[in-house]
Amino acid sequence: MNIDKDLVAAMATPLVLAILVDGESYGYAILKRVRELSSGDLEWTDGMLYPLLHRLERLGHVVASWGASPEGRRRKYYELTPSGLAALEEQRRQWDAATRTLNGVWKIKEA
Amino acid sequence: METLDTRIAQWRRAVTRSAAVGPDDVDELEGHLREQVADLADAGLDEEEAFLIAVKRLGAVDAVTAEFAREHGDRLWKQLVLAPSEERGERRRGVLPMIVFALIAAVLIQVARLVAQYTASNAEMFGGDTSMWFVRDLGLFVLPVLVGYLAWSRRMPVRRVLALFGVIAALAVVVSVFPFADGAATGILVALHLPVVLWFVVGLAYVGDEWRSSARRMDFVRFSGEWAIYFVLLVLGGGVLFGLTELLVSPLSQPVANELPLWILPSGGAAAVIVAAWLVDAKKSVIENIAPVLTAIFTPLFAVMLVVASAGYVAVGIGREFDRDLMIVFDVLLLVVLGLVLYGLSARVESRASRVMDIIRLVTVCAALLLDVLVLGSMLARVGDLGFTPNRVVALGLNILLVVNLAGAAVLSVRALAGRVSPSRLESWQTGYLPVFAVWTLAVVVAVPVLFGFA
Repeated sequence: MNIDKDLVAAMATPLVLAILVDGESYGYAILKRVRELSSGDLEWTDGMLYPLLHRLERLGHVVASWGASPEGRRRKYYELTPSGLAALEEQRRQWDAATRTLNGVWKIKEA
Repeated sequence: METLDTRIAQWRRAVTRSAAVGPDDVDELEGHLREQVADLADAGLDEEEAFLIAVKRLGAVDAVTAEFAREHGDRLWKQLVLAPSEERGERRRGVLPMIVFALIAAVLIQVARLVAQYTASNAEMFGGDTSMWFVRDLGLFVLPVLVGYLAWSRRMPVRRVLALFGVIAALAVVVSVFPFADGAATGILVALHLPVVLWFVVGLAYVGDEWRSSARRMDFVRFSGEWAIYFVLLVLGGGVLFGLTELLVSPLSQPVANELPLWILPSGGAAAVIVAAWLVDAKKSVIENIAPVLTAIFTPLFAVMLVVASAGYVAVGIGREFDRDLMIVFDVLLLVVLGLVLYGLSARVESRASRVMDIIRLVTVCAALLLDVLVLGSMLARVGDLGFTPNRVVALGLNILLVVNLAGAAVLSVRALAGRVSPSRLESWQTGYLPVFAVWTLAVVVAVPVLFGFA
């Protein structure tokens, strides 16, 4: 099953913020985590993650710093800020409301 | 590994072709690509297959760079590698039309000067007699041409052009109808504020229908800063040319040498206004490299100067009566600081923003705020003792606007440094404040003279 493109776009922000709750991370690791979590249902063009991360950085939801990978290559790490946490809470409320609404409709249909 | 490296180098070249993707971003993407290749190779793919799949997963270069461009539009502004957004049509920046507009400005100001010279003579400019209205309306002879040039180069819809020129015409009528007394303070205030109001009209022409967008307003701030630098450079070059011409001509004919400044200085200046605007549009990347450097040099120097000055004034107190001249010095200083802060913000590269620079900017703002509070206190005392005059009202208003602006900037800087709000809030505070200045200067031009009976 492939999730619709628009839905993926809408999910991207809360997904990335939620992954960063576990601690700072970098682009490739975030994407690997997304793949694991969605067990392949979520088709994501990898390159699109970076403009998203940069947008979150500009909005102050994450802070970025350059570190190094074990092989010594430059690597950019992203860390959640309090403002990012607040944004995630807000997103979560909205998604809860959305799924609650949809579940309500579907239950009526099944009954 | 050589083949993989050459493939990655080719891919890097393709990606860096877009101005929206900075060198740091390419490094970040390359790191991603290499890890993906390594993972796929571990899973048993050979290197070529792994590279192809990794690149495909990363996405088509066009699509990815387009996404970067949406996030980092300000980078496109700085380079001309990519044309401005296609749906709006490319900007026109031909040399010949620019020369035509510059000539219009040069001729217009000469006509106005000749009319002024033959009608009255109660003021002096460019070494000749002229009328006060010529000095006062100087901006009206030049800046509308700049508005026209910007409207033309941006292919502005006719209705918008008419609206902008309607505003300019209304301003021209209002200041011409006002019966200013001879040497009236309100007349001088209008002369000082009218060019600023007109510059805001230029801003409206510059940002077009996106005047609500904070990013476009910041573009206009960049434009203003770079325009000023180009204008000064042109004036310096023109000054050398003019000085040499004078030296060469005066042995030939002294009367001609005496007449020359009257013809060359106004027209040259008016034309330089247009040429500078054209240069900003056409040669963005050139000044782009100079302006942030200048800002970076002068912001710390101003910070030191302001800290020393404010410490001195707080410790010693204002020794003498805070008179008008001193107040003007302070106002000019505060406006320069505001310009520096605004321009520093506009040139701030998000990815390379340095904390040190942000702290220096905060120190500058705080010291300026302290000075401004001192000025304001002394001004209020003056108004309390001596009552309102046009000059005091305008000075008071400007300083209240500055105090609010600087205080807001200081609070937001502290919160941004503490990581509580995003630095972009600081930018939107300043761009949101621009209309306040516009409304204030407009009020000084149209309302203050009426309130004080053109005294």
